[in-house]
Amino acid sequence: MIEESEIKYLENKANDIRISIIEMLQIAGSGHTAGPLGMADVFTTLYGKALKHDPKKPFWEERDRLVLSNGHICPVLYSTMAHFGYFEVKELKTLRKFKSRLQGHPHREFLPMLETSSGPLGSGLSQAVGMCLADRIQTPPSPPLIKGGNSSQKFFYCLMSDGELNEGQNWEAIMLAGKKQLGNLICIVDRNNIQIDGFTENIMPLEPLDKKFEAFNFHVEDINGNNISEIYSAIQKCKAVFNKPSVIIARTIPGRGIKEFERDFHWHGKAPNNEEAEMAIKELRNLGGKIESDHN
Amino acid sequence: MNKNIENIINGRMKDIAMIATRSGFGDGLLLAGKENKRVVALCADLTESIQIEKFKTAFPDRYFEMGVAEQNMASVASGMAAMGKIPFIASYAMFSPGRNWEQIRTTICYNNVPVKVVGAHAGVSVGPDGGTHQALEDIGLMRMLPNMVVVVPCDALEAKKAALEISRTENPSYLRLFREKSPVLTVDEDLFEIGKANIIYETSSTSSLSIEEGKGVRPVLKIGIIACGEMVARSLLCVKGLEDKGIELGILNLHTIKPIDVEKIKYMSSKYKNILTVEEHQVAGGMGSAILECLAENNLLGNVKVKMMGVKNRFGQSGTKEELYEEYEINEKHIFSNVLSMLEII
Repeated sequence: MIEESEIKYLENKANDIRISIIEMLQIAGSGHTAGPLGMADVFTTLYGKALKHDPKKPFWEERDRLVLSNGHICPVLYSTMAHFGYFEVKELKTLRKFKSRLQGHPHREFLPMLETSSGPLGSGLSQAVGMCLADRIQTPPSPPLIKGGNSSQKFFYCLMSDGELNEGQNWEAIMLAGKKQLGNLICIVDRNNIQIDGFTENIMPLEPLDKKFEAFNFHVEDINGNNISEIYSAIQKCKAVFNKPSVIIARTIPGRGIKEFERDFHWHGKAPNNEEAEMAIKELRNLGGKIESDHN
Repeated sequence: MNKNIENIINGRMKDIAMIATRSGFGDGLLLAGKENKRVVALCADLTESIQIEKFKTAFPDRYFEMGVAEQNMASVASGMAAMGKIPFIASYAMFSPGRNWEQIRTTICYNNVPVKVVGAHAGVSVGPDGGTHQALEDIGLMRMLPNMVVVVPCDALEAKKAALEISRTENPSYLRLFREKSPVLTVDEDLFEIGKANIIYETSSTSSLSIEEGKGVRPVLKIGIIACGEMVARSLLCVKGLEDKGIELGILNLHTIKPIDVEKIKYMSSKYKNILTVEEHQVAGGMGSAILECLAENNLLGNVKVKMMGVKNRFGQSGTKEELYEEYEINEKHIFSNVLSMLEII
C-alpha cells in the first residue's frame, strides 16, 4: 500500500516532470509530446517509489533495470531522471541539441547511466529479457520474488508503447519470456490507443490485448496508468508473481495534464510552439485550476 | 611455409585435412567457454548444424535456445552483454546478420557491447539449398557498422583460433563461417591476431625468375593475391602453374576484413603492383572494396592495378560447391586465368 501523503508528493512530482517536458520540447523545437505526458505518472511511480535504485550510484550492480523500448518518449525519462537527482534539471534544456547528452532518442554512449539506447521500435523487450536471463545465471529464481525477500533479487522493467506491439520482434521476445517463466520481468505497455497514423485499433488492432499476453503465459494487470495508487499496487502484484512474467497494461491519456492536447494523436510527434507551451505550463502550474503551484 | 601449404602447392591434397570452418568454430567456442565464464551462447534452432553442441553439453546453464527468431536473439544478446556477458549468437549468415541487421546495428553496435555474431553457411558453397540460403552480402553489411570487427577465417583451425580471440575482446564482432569442408592450410603454430593479416606464401627470390625471350630479358611479372575464406586455399592451388610461367607471387590471407591491416596492404601493393582480390561474396561492398578503400585512402591507387574477383551482382542458386565456384568464376581455374589476363600474358 501507499500512503495518501506519498501519493500527493508523487502527484506533485509528476506535475513538475510534465512542466519540464513541455519546457524542454519547446526549446528543442521538435520531439514527441503526447506519450511523455501520458506516461509521467508511471515514470514518477517507478523512480519515486517502486524501483530499487540510487541516483548517486547509477551503476550500482544490484539496481533494478529499466529499459525504455519506445525511445521517442525519452523526454519523460530524462525529465524523471533529472527530477530524481541523476543530473541537474537545467540540463534538460539541452534536449536534442548538438553534443547534448540528451539525444533525440536515447543513446547510452552519450549518457552511460541509461540501461540501453533505443528508438527503432520493438527491441527493448528482447533486451530486458536478455538482461533477465543473464541475471539468472548468477541468481537462480527463488520465490517469493518480492521486496524484502531475496535482497539481491533484481526486477527488470520494460516500458513500451501499444503501437510498438505491431513489431513482430516483440512477440518473439514475449514467447521467450513466457517459455523461460521470467518472474522478475515486468512489462508496462503504454496503452494510449494512438500511434502516428491514427488510432491503434484502426491501424492494426491489438485487442484483446490482455488475452494475447495471457496466451503467452503472462500475468496481466489492466489499470488506469494515470493513477499512481493503481500503478504502484499493480507493480507490487506483479512482483509477487514468481513463475511467469508480468505485463501491466497501463491505460493512459495521451497528452495527459493539458486538456487541449489530451487524446489528440496529432500531438504524438510534435513539440509545442511558444504560445502553446505557455498555455500548457500555465495549466500544469495550477493543475487545471485546482490548486496554485509554488513552482514560481 | 608450413607443411600444409607446401602440400597444397604441390598438389598433395590427400595429405590435407578437410574440415569445415563451423567445426573449428565449435571447438573454439568450447575453449572460450572454459577460459571465460562470461561467455554464453545463443542459437536460433541450429545448434547442431553450427556445432554448438559441445558448448551446450559443457555449459548447459550458459546456452540459450532462442527458436527461429534471429531478431530477438540479437537484442537478447545485447541485454545479456549489458549485464556483463560475452554472448555468441549463431545462425546462418543469411538470417543473422541478414535478417536482423537493424537489431545488430541499434542494440549491439550503437550500444557498443561485446556480442559476437556468428554467420554460418555463408557464400555459394552452401550449395544445394539455393540462392535464398547463400549469404553474399554479409561482409558488406557488417563492415559498414561502426564498432564492428569482421573476421573471415580461411580454414577450420583459424576459425577455432578466431572464436577464442574474439571472445577476448570487448568489441562487437562478426565471424563468417562456411558449411562445406575445406582444406586446412594453417597449422597450430601459425599466429592468429585480429587485424594482422598473414602473408602465407611468397615466391622465394632464389626460385627464378627472369625468363629469356629471344634476345631480351622479360621484366619480372609480379602479382599479389589477397583472399579470405576458402579462396585462400584456392589461390594456393595456382602457385605452381603461375611460377612455371615465370610469375612471382605473394598471397595474403586477409582473415580480418575490419580493422583492415593497412601495413600489409601497403606492403603487397608496393611489392607486387598488381593486386588480385578473391572472395566468396559480392564484389560490391566486400573484402575487395575494403582493400580498394584502403589503397585510395593511402594514396596508393595510382601505383597499382587492381582486379576484383567475387560474385558480380547476382544471386546464388542450387548446385554443388564446385559447380557454383565455376559458375560464379571463383575457383582456382579462374584465379589462374585472371592473373594471366591482368599481367597481359593471355
